[in-house]
Amino acid sequence: MLTGARIGVVTFPGTLDDRDAARAVRLAGGEAVALWHADADLHAVDAVVLPGGFSYGDYLRAGAISRFAPVMGSIVDAANGGMPVLGICNGFQVLTEAHLLPGSMIKNDHLHFVCREQVLSVENVDTAWTRLYSVGERITVPLKNQDGQYVADEHTLDELEGEGRVVVRYRDWNPNGSRRDIAGITNAAGNVVGLMPHPEHAVEVGFGPDGPRGPRTGTDGLRFFASVIGSLVG
Amino acid sequence: MTTSPTTPSPETVSFDTVANAEATPDQEMPYAELGLKPEEYQQIHDLLGRRPTAAELAMYSVMWSEHCSYKSSKVHLSTFGDKTTPAMKEHLLVGIGENAGVVDIGDGWAVTFKVESHNHPSFVEPYQGAATGVGGIVRDIISMGARPVAVMDQLRFGAIDHPDTARVVHGVVAGVGGYGNCLGLPNIGGEVVFDPSYQGNPLVNALCVGVLRHEDIHLANASGVGNKVVLFGARTGGDGIGGASILASETFDDTKPSKRPSVQVGDPFMEKVLIECCLELFAAHVVEGIQDLGAAGISCATSELASNGDGGMYVELDKVLLRDPSLTPGEILMSESQERMMAVVTPAKLDEFLAITRKWDVETAVIGEVTDTGRLVIDHHGVKIVDVLPRTVAHEGPVYHRPYARPAWQDGLNAATLSGPDADPQHVRPSTPEELRATLLRLLGSPNLSSKAWVTNQYDRFVQGNTSLAQPDDGGVIRVDETTGLGVALSTDANGRWTKLDPYAGAQLALAEAYRNVATTGARPLAVTDCLNFGSPEDPDSMWQLVQAIEGLADACQTLGVPVTGGNVSLYNGTGEPGQIDSSIHPTPVVGVLGVIDDVTRATPSGWTVPGLSIYLLGTTRGELDGSAWADVVHSHLGGLPPRVDLAAERTLAEILINAARDHLVDAAHDLSEGGLAQALVESCLRFGVGARVSLDAVCARDGVSAFEALFSESTGRVLVAVPRSEEVRFVDLCTARGYPALRIGVTDDVCQPGAGVAGAPDEDHEHEPALEVQGLFTVPLAEARTVFDATLPSHFG
Amino acid sequence: MGRVVVNVMPKPEILDPQGKAVNGALPRLGFSQFVSVRQGKRFELEVDGEVTDEILAAARRAGETVLSNPVIEDVVDVYAEPAHAPSDEAGR
Repeated sequence: MLTGARIGVVTFPGTLDDRDAARAVRLAGGEAVALWHADADLHAVDAVVLPGGFSYGDYLRAGAISRFAPVMGSIVDAANGGMPVLGICNGFQVLTEAHLLPGSMIKNDHLHFVCREQVLSVENVDTAWTRLYSVGERITVPLKNQDGQYVADEHTLDELEGEGRVVVRYRDWNPNGSRRDIAGITNAAGNVVGLMPHPEHAVEVGFGPDGPRGPRTGTDGLRFFASVIGSLVG
Repeated sequence: MTTSPTTPSPETVSFDTVANAEATPDQEMPYAELGLKPEEYQQIHDLLGRRPTAAELAMYSVMWSEHCSYKSSKVHLSTFGDKTTPAMKEHLLVGIGENAGVVDIGDGWAVTFKVESHNHPSFVEPYQGAATGVGGIVRDIISMGARPVAVMDQLRFGAIDHPDTARVVHGVVAGVGGYGNCLGLPNIGGEVVFDPSYQGNPLVNALCVGVLRHEDIHLANASGVGNKVVLFGARTGGDGIGGASILASETFDDTKPSKRPSVQVGDPFMEKVLIECCLELFAAHVVEGIQDLGAAGISCATSELASNGDGGMYVELDKVLLRDPSLTPGEILMSESQERMMAVVTPAKLDEFLAITRKWDVETAVIGEVTDTGRLVIDHHGVKIVDVLPRTVAHEGPVYHRPYARPAWQDGLNAATLSGPDADPQHVRPSTPEELRATLLRLLGSPNLSSKAWVTNQYDRFVQGNTSLAQPDDGGVIRVDETTGLGVALSTDANGRWTKLDPYAGAQLALAEAYRNVATTGARPLAVTDCLNFGSPEDPDSMWQLVQAIEGLADACQTLGVPVTGGNVSLYNGTGEPGQIDSSIHPTPVVGVLGVIDDVTRATPSGWTVPGLSIYLLGTTRGELDGSAWADVVHSHLGGLPPRVDLAAERTLAEILINAARDHLVDAAHDLSEGGLAQALVESCLRFGVGARVSLDAVCARDGVSAFEALFSESTGRVLVAVPRSEEVRFVDLCTARGYPALRIGVTDDVCQPGAGVAGAPDEDHEHEPALEVQGLFTVPLAEARTVFDATLPSHFG
Repeated sequence: MGRVVVNVMPKPEILDPQGKAVNGALPRLGFSQFVSVRQGKRFELEVDGEVTDEILAAARRAGETVLSNPVIEDVVDVYAEPAHAPSDEAGR
């Protein structure tokens, strides 16, 4: 097992999936380090996960208040220095509010919260978080959000497509009206990745989505975490 | 805002005081407006030896309401305790009477769970009513020292096509989801039922389950003289003032606007922060006890904490942090502002306590302390406004022996049967293959049997990463211990139609089904919670239904060996004139059963995943169609008697299912309930898209029933199981050894055979697609069934 | 083209979680001048032609029955404004 990688998992007030993300890190062979929103110290972590939830209730805009947390200043600096950062769902929203990733998320086109097992295709396997997938591979991970519709202006979208920065795309059904079926993107350097679906909910047999081996056997999300651990220690 | 209990005073203070009450004994008090009867007001007068102050009147009125005092149901609810044997208490760590019961599930783990209603508020303002219903039950669980790990919701709405139903459905579903999703609690199951009897009286019940170690159990009481009383969480505003006594107890009436309270608005973000804050307070051992603030707010929390403790309590009400500074003392005491908690803290640990609430940005105020006076004394700006014996507020309210009698219309209802020689011939039964097939599809697409995915897809079932089974499986299953896989299963059930036909049997049938569902997942049933939703206790008909249901449930719990650990009663669910058959909602005793399973990865799902499994039907089918989904959907009929209850059989069946899951003998198991065998077969096929080929011949021959009865009867004690060929001998032995009827009725299959079923047989283009094939009768391609099953709710609600 | 603006706010006595969360964040970001925040909704209803008194009255009725939930919200303002006004000039 690969060991030694310290992956920080940030908790904001209203974060929900922090314990799930920490479990995913552990199952992938890393050490999960809890980071607190009010503490600017990153505790010497090698990478950071911003987990899902409703930080500050999503009341102003999803992620809008969290991006000003003390810990975010340190994360933005570290990310600009090349440290791998993964934003999941609300974490993705925080990354866009912090301008580490372009675009934004608005309310789902059908206006409802949606929870489903979502098929994605992996389109970029050069990022720190996706190098253990193959291009075009179809994976199934849970999706659950209220404000999950990815939007950006046409120029930005063209740029993302042109530079191969769309990391995962919705397949079979676009669950929230996201532009060009975009489910997740990366920055130009490939160290910062944000996505709306929840890979940390598809890491353990018995508790994930349905998979080819039977009900709740899907573990397609685990390689997000194994990828970064592999790139850090390997 | 609502009626103010404040009385103008000739003194310098603008509010009523104890001194003023003594000086002005003849002052008229607005007790009637606050929902108190003249004799109740006299009782308060006698207890105090003077007239109550406005603040005292506010406290007594909310705490003596039906909602808080259980004054009409108390004498009957004691049946649950009386019928709990010492053996049933084996796994009970905390029983009825606390915020929620606590059950030992082994390895030092304990589980606490409870179901509660928020019915009337959810009609007035569906989103906030449902949201705050979830919030309230979650705080009950936190106050026991447990981490909440899952929620379920039991919803009853009016007719699906009634103009007002969509408003209520959209609000309630969004409210349950909006609040629960924001707390990070997986929603693992529940019920959605449409019936005209709930028009104007929707039922919104919410269940929460929490997990803790034995040593972490905390009971809410105020003990230890000098200990501090601390209020923390949201600020106190005018939310729901009067709601506890007026809204939740009496028929709300638009013609009396002064009684219409402002609704409570929930802030799930605040609640999520409170959950984490409370868990950290418990873990740091800086609290003696925590009490949640729900109905009756500070009145309830202070009087219950003091009454449960060994001394008294002194409170300075002006220390309470207010959102609305114009609130009178009485209003502060009655306010139902959400997301507030009250803690008892030793002085030595107060600083540490405050550091933790500060870390979570939770506003906190020390508002009083525990005393040795035995009295609850409340001052406001240095003047005494309350001086009472706390137990007279909290626990010694009025108790009523309401008159009850079997309704005059009950015999006529029971005589209107669809079975036997007395059956009305105009209720035609389907008989041809085409008719049977059409009936199956009609039931499948009916509101109550159709897919609830439109609802459940708006709830997060993945968060926390411990969900092993969730809707649409028979029960929700949650992992408790990540090392061993130890976990719990939960299911709730209530059939209002059956309970209307026979409230005693109806309550037992609800328990039997929830118990069976838990066993179907492979878990061993341990304990029960209930939410009794009934009509007005002042109507002898409704009261009789309530008494019968309590008796039935208590007797059945004793037979099945599972104790009631707590719950809730919701009365006044009716808008009609008393004495009529349609005065109230169908009596709806929602029963929740909790079970334990050693390894949740062995939990049995409700559908089959592979072809080639043998399908067995366990149990006996009788021609029981009264009160059935068929009677409802096809004939809009309710009459006769509900299916027979056989609790001994349920117990045996549960043993078989638990052993079969533990020994890996079954791949799938699904309970037969509304819609009978036909509905169960379709659901098990649709779960993972694998079809089945079955024959009814053996069932019809053995049980002496027609194909129609075999398909649509709702006899209880029946479960479908899918058994791998390699395990068939062992499985059949398991049933035979216990004398339980088990019949192999078919196999699972992922392609259908051309021409095998008569009606609806696939043409050549579709003969290799999965289908449900009832040999000699009909074939239903799963794609067709899926379309019918999925369409109903979206077509009404978008 | 005319435009009617309908502003809806949570009733004063009703908890406003959104405003409360923003209110908590402002001082942390250096905005200590503001003691309270409440968050409401602004609707822009466009009509063909001029905004007449009848249209304003209809907008108010729509505001009170559809655009707001009278149990927890108030219509605080209904007024006409130029339909194509740039947003910075439309401020009040």
